Amino acid sequence: MKGIIGHGAYLPRWRLERGSIGATLGTGAGKGRRSVASYDEDTTTMAVEAARLALRSAPGASPSSLWFSTTTPAYLDKTNATTIHAALRLDRHVLAADAGGAVRSGVAVLRSALEGSSSALVVAADIRGGLAGGPDESAGGDGAAALFVGSENDGPVVAEYLGSAGATEEFLDRWRAPGDTASKVWEERYGEGRYLELGQSAWKDGLKAAGIAPEEVADLVIASLHGRAVRALSRGLASSTTNVVPTLDGHIGCTGAAHPFLLLSSALENAAAGAVIALLCLADGADAFFFRVNAAESSTPRARTVASQEAQGRVVPYGKYLAWRNQLRVEPPRRPDPARVSAPAAGRSADWKFGFVGSRAPGSSEVRLPPAVPGADPGVMADPAPMAEVRGTVVTFTVDRLAYSPSPPIVFAVVDFDGGGRLPIELTDVAPDEVSIGTRVEMTFRRLSEADGIVNYFWKARPLAADVNEGDA
Amino acid sequence: MGSHGIKDKVAIVGMGCTRFTEHWDKGADLLAVEAVNDAFASAGIDKASVDAYWLGTALSGASGMTLSKPLELTGKPVVRVENMCATGAESLRQAAYAVACGAYDVAAAVGVEKAKDSGYQGLNAFPIPNDGTARTLTAAAMFSMAVPAYAKKYSVDPAEMKRVLAEIGSKNHANGVRNERAQFRKNVSVDEILAMPTVAGELTVMDCAGVADGAAAAIVVRAEDAHRYTDHPIYIKALSSVAGDGGGLSDPGYDYTTFRESADCAREAYAQAGITDPRRELAMAQVHDCFTITELILCEDLGFAERGAAWKDVLSGAFAMDGDLPVNTDGGLKSFGHPVGASGLRMIFECWLQLRGEAGDRQLDTERGLALTHNLGGYPGEMVSCITVLGRHLG
Repeated sequence: MKGIIGHGAYLPRWRLERGSIGATLGTGAGKGRRSVASYDEDTTTMAVEAARLALRSAPGASPSSLWFSTTTPAYLDKTNATTIHAALRLDRHVLAADAGGAVRSGVAVLRSALEGSSSALVVAADIRGGLAGGPDESAGGDGAAALFVGSENDGPVVAEYLGSAGATEEFLDRWRAPGDTASKVWEERYGEGRYLELGQSAWKDGLKAAGIAPEEVADLVIASLHGRAVRALSRGLASSTTNVVPTLDGHIGCTGAAHPFLLLSSALENAAAGAVIALLCLADGADAFFFRVNAAESSTPRARTVASQEAQGRVVPYGKYLAWRNQLRVEPPRRPDPARVSAPAAGRSADWKFGFVGSRAPGSSEVRLPPAVPGADPGVMADPAPMAEVRGTVVTFTVDRLAYSPSPPIVFAVVDFDGGGRLPIELTDVAPDEVSIGTRVEMTFRRLSEADGIVNYFWKARPLAADVNEGDA
Repeated sequence: MGSHGIKDKVAIVGMGCTRFTEHWDKGADLLAVEAVNDAFASAGIDKASVDAYWLGTALSGASGMTLSKPLELTGKPVVRVENMCATGAESLRQAAYAVACGAYDVAAAVGVEKAKDSGYQGLNAFPIPNDGTARTLTAAAMFSMAVPAYAKKYSVDPAEMKRVLAEIGSKNHANGVRNERAQFRKNVSVDEILAMPTVAGELTVMDCAGVADGAAAAIVVRAEDAHRYTDHPIYIKALSSVAGDGGGLSDPGYDYTTFRESADCAREAYAQAGITDPRRELAMAQVHDCFTITELILCEDLGFAERGAAWKDVLSGAFAMDGDLPVNTDGGLKSFGHPVGASGLRMIFECWLQLRGEAGDRQLDTERGLALTHNLGGYPGEMVSCITVLGRHLG
């Protein structure tokens, strides 16, 4: 039995009030909010967060391959999935590759994974921007989601894969020249017409491939950057008993490449045992997937659901949002620019830098962060101490208003980790007045800086999210 | 195996020190030449009389040629020394050992820093290629973490704590007013300091040392030769240096209220000098007041006050010019700024003046006969420390 054996979604903490866009630009008022990746996040870091959640939801399972899809990659030429691979500490035999450029790439990878014979962790993330005041900026959202595809040999199958079908067609709906930060779109009604026809075609063929009748579909997920097509197909395809899974437009926005996975993750969180979930993706064609839920997840509540993350969020002012996205040039800190990271140095310390692995003496609670240099005390601190999933407590902290940061000030704390280990480390997703001695923190993969096009990835600590209890994974 | 020190084997017979300020019109070369020429004049010698040079500079040049070229030295050993903010003091330590062991008769220690050519405020080190994971905070932020830690451990009210730190800053500025070589010569009241906005943690800009350009130099010879050069040589009683293992950063037992390397360094220095009660035996001390909190903690680490008691001593004026043990009598880093390679020798220069009775209207009673300088480089939990003890008399 092939299907989904784990899933996870990550929504960044920040929200942009759409009303603040119009208020700033002197245009009309918008409604609701959209999610915003922080200045120290990119699609790779968000993908790491989603993938960590997906792996946690399938304890003991390990993927044979890792696929990363985004339309807004941190790097071209260089594979971004290898960074995720390193942060997840996957075995070197696990294939890691990008399938990027367009929303459809992630959808194609999902289909390949479901039709393939081995397990795969399929991750997608996007940072959706657009020109200031435009519809893409307002309707877009930032986020990531991961689907762990496997069989019962890999772990309990959460949702069995029943079948899929697709329709491919060359037509011009949305495009972006390499290097541009904003997409362009053809007149909406043209794309709507194409997606209606393609969606219905994929739907019909998919039902046949899955061997089910339309009325058997309990939950319908339609994901696309083309909002009008989504709404039209929702009306056209849903039977009277079908629940159309909310598209998160009101508080998150459409997260592009991540959206199909994000909405499927959301549907899985709420589906009843035995329910059939249909996922229809509209991107340069249409692809329909059908799953049957094996056991209701609502009976075993999980932390960091899409719903709980959607309900959170802290407002970022529109000006700061524009600065974070490099659409508003603000005065940089009057400090030297950060130096670029040395490739060999980063390569040598990959376990530490990307995996957050320290060292410890066998059986000891003494943990060295960063790991001890081998040879200083031969063998004594030789065991790896993986710390990325370990929580900690703030011992003391400071706010640095002088140091270089893409978004000053830096909030910095000395953190004692549960079970041993201490590290002075930068905090993130926190206001200076929100931290105190005793604040509980967890680790998150972020970008510290960028120089010469090289992203300096490392871990930061963030206060435990409000939707996470001490006992939650 | 053992550490023995070189008490009374080496004497300083000449010193020079430039004014510390923003020397927009002088480079490291000119500053170093000025300081070393002053030291030559002070000892009554010229450059040909010096057998070997140690040049301390952290950021302003590589190799001994940073000095040998501008001073037009040929055929002489000139070696650059770097040990973070302890660089200047370390250059004296190297020169003194070279003389003590008999390798040379006359050696010079020169410290120089041209810190104001970078275009940025503060000190900015050349980055060594690395993996990007090391902390990138300012020193102010790193030291600021000691403020709440100290206040909490010794139950000092946070407002009182800020006042203690402001007292230290105000005291050092008051001392600097009386020093023509200081960069800042202005009295700053405690209330003025308390009114400043914070830049890192609870530290305001007035809790931080400034940045300046400057140079200082010393000529050392064997003690038995000292009176050939001056009637008032100053004898080296102890030279102590410690480099930390960085363990404070990863040790959950470290509480940010002490600088272990400095405490270790002091123990070693006092053993070399035969000092058992520094508070009573020292006439004065110049300590590394890169931040006011640093001076407070150092007064305990160096044994000038009991643990948890230095803040009360600060408030009672024990470390003021007329106090029990005057600290940073020349104005300290607070008034001078911190040209890294020069600061240690600048502190030693103040001891030289005070112990010889040449400190003008800053002159202390130095009847106790001993003076101490201390530098540290790095941050709480990972630092180097260097201490020099000097004396007016042999024995």
